[in-house]
Amino acid sequence: MIEAKDLSKSYGDQRVVDALSLSVPAGICWGLLGPNGAGKTTFLRMLTGNTSPDVGSLRVLGHEVPREALKLRRHIGVVPQQDNLDVDFSVVENLRSYASYFGISRAELQPRVSRLLKFAALESRADSSITALSGGMQRRLSLARALVNEPKLLILDEPTTGLDPQARQLIWQQLRALRTRGMGLVLTTHYMEEATRLCDQVTIMDHGRILDNGSPQQLIARHIEAQVVEVYGKGLDSWHGANGEALAERFEQAGDTCFYYAEDECPLLEALSGHPELSYLHRPANLEDVFLRLTGRELRDA
Amino acid sequence: MPDNGLMPAALRWLPVWRRNLRVWFKLAGPALVGNFGEPLLYLLALGYGLGSLVGVVGELPYLVFLASGIICSSALFTASFEGMYSAYTRMAVQNTWEAMLATPLEVGDIVLGELIWGASKSLISAAAILLVAAALGAVDGWRALWALPAIFAASLCFTGMALVIAGLAKNYDFFLYYHTLFVTPSLLLGGVFFPLDGLPPTVRAVAEWLPLTHTVAIVRPLMTGTALSDVAIHLLVLAFYGGLAYALATVLIGRRLRG
Repeated sequence: MIEAKDLSKSYGDQRVVDALSLSVPAGICWGLLGPNGAGKTTFLRMLTGNTSPDVGSLRVLGHEVPREALKLRRHIGVVPQQDNLDVDFSVVENLRSYASYFGISRAELQPRVSRLLKFAALESRADSSITALSGGMQRRLSLARALVNEPKLLILDEPTTGLDPQARQLIWQQLRALRTRGMGLVLTTHYMEEATRLCDQVTIMDHGRILDNGSPQQLIARHIEAQVVEVYGKGLDSWHGANGEALAERFEQAGDTCFYYAEDECPLLEALSGHPELSYLHRPANLEDVFLRLTGRELRDA
Repeated sequence: MPDNGLMPAALRWLPVWRRNLRVWFKLAGPALVGNFGEPLLYLLALGYGLGSLVGVVGELPYLVFLASGIICSSALFTASFEGMYSAYTRMAVQNTWEAMLATPLEVGDIVLGELIWGASKSLISAAAILLVAAALGAVDGWRALWALPAIFAASLCFTGMALVIAGLAKNYDFFLYYHTLFVTPSLLLGGVFFPLDGLPPTVRAVAEWLPLTHTVAIVRPLMTGTALSDVAIHLLVLAFYGGLAYALATVLIGRRLRG
C-alpha cells in the first residue's frame, strides 16, 4: 500500500527525510516509530501529498504522490496529531461538513452517520458542541470523521497521546476492528506498548533514516537478549562489579538504574537474592528496549 | 460526478463556502442586527446631522451622497474583517484548513471558497444597507439593485487583499498595519464622505490607486441615478487587484499549510 524510493526532504540545511526507501504491504497495521524530530510527521505529510519530497518517488494505494494526491485522498482517512475538529459545529455537523469536502451526498452519508456515531460511542452526544467533549471523545470523533469516506487506508499520527487508559483501550479496540475489516493502518506513536499490541510491522527511524524494520517480535529477537533485569538501589556499584557485569551478556547504565540483558536471567536473579538493599525488576525484553538501543538514551528536544 | 469520485475542479470551492455559510446561519441574529443597525445609525447621525451643515454635494442631498459611499466602505470593512481575522482563525487557530487538506481539496480551492465567502458576507451587509437607504429615501429607483453585483465584485478584491495579509500574519496584531495603512486611508480618501474633486493633486493621485475609490465610482451613480462613466476601467482595476491578490494569497497560504 506504500512504496517509497529514495525520498528526501530538507528544510534549509536540515535534512528531515534522508534517502528513505520502504515498502508496506496492503492491509496491515504499520507503525512508524522514532524520537521527536526523526522525520515521522514529515513522512506522514508526504503520504497525503501535503509535503512534497525534494527527490524520490512515492506511491500510495497505487497513486503517485503528490501528483495524484487528490485522487488518493479520496481513499484515505487522516487522524491528525492535534485534533482539528471544527469547533463551530456540533458532533454530527462535523461529520456532515467533513463529508461535504469529499463531495459525498447527503443521501449517501445519512446511513454512515449513525454507524459512525455508534462506532465512536458518541450516539448520545450527536448534538454536543466540540468544546463540551472530553479529550477521549474528541479523539474518537476525529477517528469517526476520518472514516466518513470509507477509506482503504487510515493514517494516524499519535492517536492515543494524552488519553486516559480507558480511552486508549477503546481506541485500540476500534483500530483492531478496522484492521480486521481489511483496512490498512499507518500509525506513529511514542508508546512502544501500543506499537507492539497493534502493529504487524514497525519501522524505527531517526534523523530521517530507517534504522530497522520488521514485526515487533522480529526486532526484539534481532536486537535484544530475551530477558531484562533492571537493578537500582544503594550498593549497586559494588554488586555490579562483583556480579552483574559478569552475569549478563550486556548492560547499560541509565541514571541510578542498571539494565542487564541476558538470554538466561537465572544467574542474575540468584545473585540478587542475597541483596535486600537492591531493588530489581525482571521482565521479558520489549520494543522499548529495541527503540532505546537503536536511537540512544539521550533526550531529544528538537 | 466524474468516474474517479472527485468533485469537478470548478466546484471544489463550494463546500468551503458552504461551511462558512452554515456557521453564519448559526449566528445570523446578531450579524443581521449589526448589518442593519450600523448603517442606520451612520446614515441617521451623519446623513442628517452632518447633512444639515453640508446641504448638497453636487446635485445630491448629503444623505443620498453618503448612503452610496457607506455601502462601499462597509463592504471593504466586512470583507477585510472576514479575510483577515476570521480566515486567520480558521487557518492558524482552529486548523480548519489543515483538516480540509486531508480531503480531496487543494489550497487554491480553500482560498477561492474563502474569497467568495468574504464577498458573499459583504453582499449580505450591502443588501441590508441598500434596504435601509431605500427606506430613508436615499436611493434612486430600481437601478440601484445593480449596485449589489458591483459590490460583490469589489468585495472579491477586498477579501483577496485581506487574505494576502492573513497569509503573511504571525498573529492578530499584524492586522493593525493593514487597518492603519490601507483600510482607514481607503475610508477617508475613497470618496465615501466627500467628493475627491477638492483634494490636493498628490492626495488625489493616491486616492486613484485605492480599489475603494473605483468601487464608489461605480456604485454611487448606480444608486443615485447620476451619470456612470469609465465602468470598464474601474472594473479592470478591481479585477487586477483581485486577481493578483488571489494568486498571491494562494502562494502564501500554500507555503504555510504545505511544508
